[in-house]
Amino acid sequence: MVIKKISILPVFILILMAFQTAPKKQLPAKKPVAVASAGITASVNRGKTIYLERCLACHQVDGGGVPHLNPPLDGASGVLGKDKARLISIVLKGFEDRVELDGEYYSNNMAAHADLSDRQIADVLTYIRNSWSNKADAVTATEVKAVRARIK
Amino acid sequence: MKKTISVLSLFLAVAGLSSLTACASDSLRLAAPNSVVADADNAGLKLPAGFSALKVADGLGRARHIAVTEQGDIYVKLMGRVAEGKAVLRLRDTNGDGKAEEITGMGNYGGTGIAIKNGYLYASSDEEVFRYKLNEKGEVISPMQPEKIITGLINRRQHESKSITLDNDGNIYVNIGAYSNSCQERDRQPGSLGRMPCPILDSAGGIWQFRADKLNQTYGDGIKYATGLRNVVGLDWNNQLNQLFVMQHGRDDLHNIFPSLFTDQQNADLPAETMYALKKGDNAGWPYIYYDPFQNKKMLAPEYGGDGKKEGGKEFIDPVVAFPAHMAPNALLFYTGNMFPAKYRNGAFIAFHGSWNRAPLPQKGYYVAFVPFDANGIPGKWEIFANGFAGVEVVTGTRGAQHRPTGLAQGPDGSLYVSDDSKGTIYRIVYKGK
Repeated sequence: MVIKKISILPVFILILMAFQTAPKKQLPAKKPVAVASAGITASVNRGKTIYLERCLACHQVDGGGVPHLNPPLDGASGVLGKDKARLISIVLKGFEDRVELDGEYYSNNMAAHADLSDRQIADVLTYIRNSWSNKADAVTATEVKAVRARIK
Repeated sequence: MKKTISVLSLFLAVAGLSSLTACASDSLRLAAPNSVVADADNAGLKLPAGFSALKVADGLGRARHIAVTEQGDIYVKLMGRVAEGKAVLRLRDTNGDGKAEEITGMGNYGGTGIAIKNGYLYASSDEEVFRYKLNEKGEVISPMQPEKIITGLINRRQHESKSITLDNDGNIYVNIGAYSNSCQERDRQPGSLGRMPCPILDSAGGIWQFRADKLNQTYGDGIKYATGLRNVVGLDWNNQLNQLFVMQHGRDDLHNIFPSLFTDQQNADLPAETMYALKKGDNAGWPYIYYDPFQNKKMLAPEYGGDGKKEGGKEFIDPVVAFPAHMAPNALLFYTGNMFPAKYRNGAFIAFHGSWNRAPLPQKGYYVAFVPFDANGIPGKWEIFANGFAGVEVVTGTRGAQHRPTGLAQGPDGSLYVSDDSKGTIYRIVYKGK
């Protein structure tokens, strides 16, 4: 319940920001939630650059993937879910398993992206969790760091 | 020998052992030939003047390759998970309007390959090839008891389709696609180099030849007929030249793997999708080379020291036709019918499934192309024959394409059939002239 509230709030603030002409003045900057929302916006923007560079070729511009070859990210339970550690681990290690994802199998292998920094992985995952129809809370560099330490 | 088989199958059919027989509809089918009605919108396709089209069936599932009997029944191979007893569908037009009124099924193995030759229906899973005897009405005599002719073929997810075609000497040719993009140490990993020699070529990345009538053959019983072919989904036996022709899916990810050597634009334009005329023992060069359709040269792959400028090994064969990159040629058919105008005779139709690896640039393909072949079997300039399958002007993300051409077959009257593995549509293209 608590998690849901946190995930919806920054998005709500994001929408509010989009309608504001002078956001800096009107934003209640001292409240912690506003800090979080400014953080997520910056993270999403940085993450988009990484997405274009590393992910778009296979997962496509609309996050829709390629039927039966590369899984979609838009609407994918594995992207939106609470198990961020699994998502982080896929980016770090790549993905070559034959497993069902939301009822479908996919043929292509995914490369590992362990050369990206904790911050960059957090940003790109925050981007894919908040693009197209997706709305989920951010992934933090701390979370990435913890997973990286565990799988090493 | 042939007589014995046909008499036997007639006996079996009359004895009522064929569960796919539908005697009642036969008279109807014969009573109303040539009354095929095209759809008002030509099934959404753009075709050359004089051609029209209809949807024979819709919503079949992942309809891969197709084959049509002399009586006009369509056999469709479905891929992936299939409903119980629905891995191979038989579509029958019972009233001659061109639409399939009766759909029956058999088998429980998903796959791509299907072909009809000398009274047998052949069909493949992603590891095996089966065959079924047909009666003189083109009906499978024992749908529950196929003969397993080939088994144990490698399937490691990527490029798993086992497409098939047959020659006139009792051989069947099976594509075994490479389970890799470019034989890197780590598949699709940026900067990862190629393995030398590429071990995948021992059991995949080529066309294997087997006997069409021998049971339970595996690698040891077959011949590696041609190698250095990354993945062939479309292949056909050319009867004019008595030779095997294949369409290769060219490699992906030149930019993603080597961003300092290839731009996004070069990634979208390279390499060509290639048509090869094969002879036994040929090597088309994957993964060591790729074909550049602008320089008309075989280029050394970057995984093996290439940089977009260095040429690759001369020992590898050249393609006979080069098409734009990444369009995914999923079927090849040499047209031998009489319905279409003379220029189409002995020419090649190619079903392009449509690209994904051109991103971030717009995708291409999603159409059926045609290449004329002259009296000496020399190919001419290719052209788009049937377009509009995607249903949108520009495909940016691959999932935006409504239909994706996958299989081709020629009907007894010379109609061209096209399957779509996205929405499971079967199209029939006819020519009525002027």
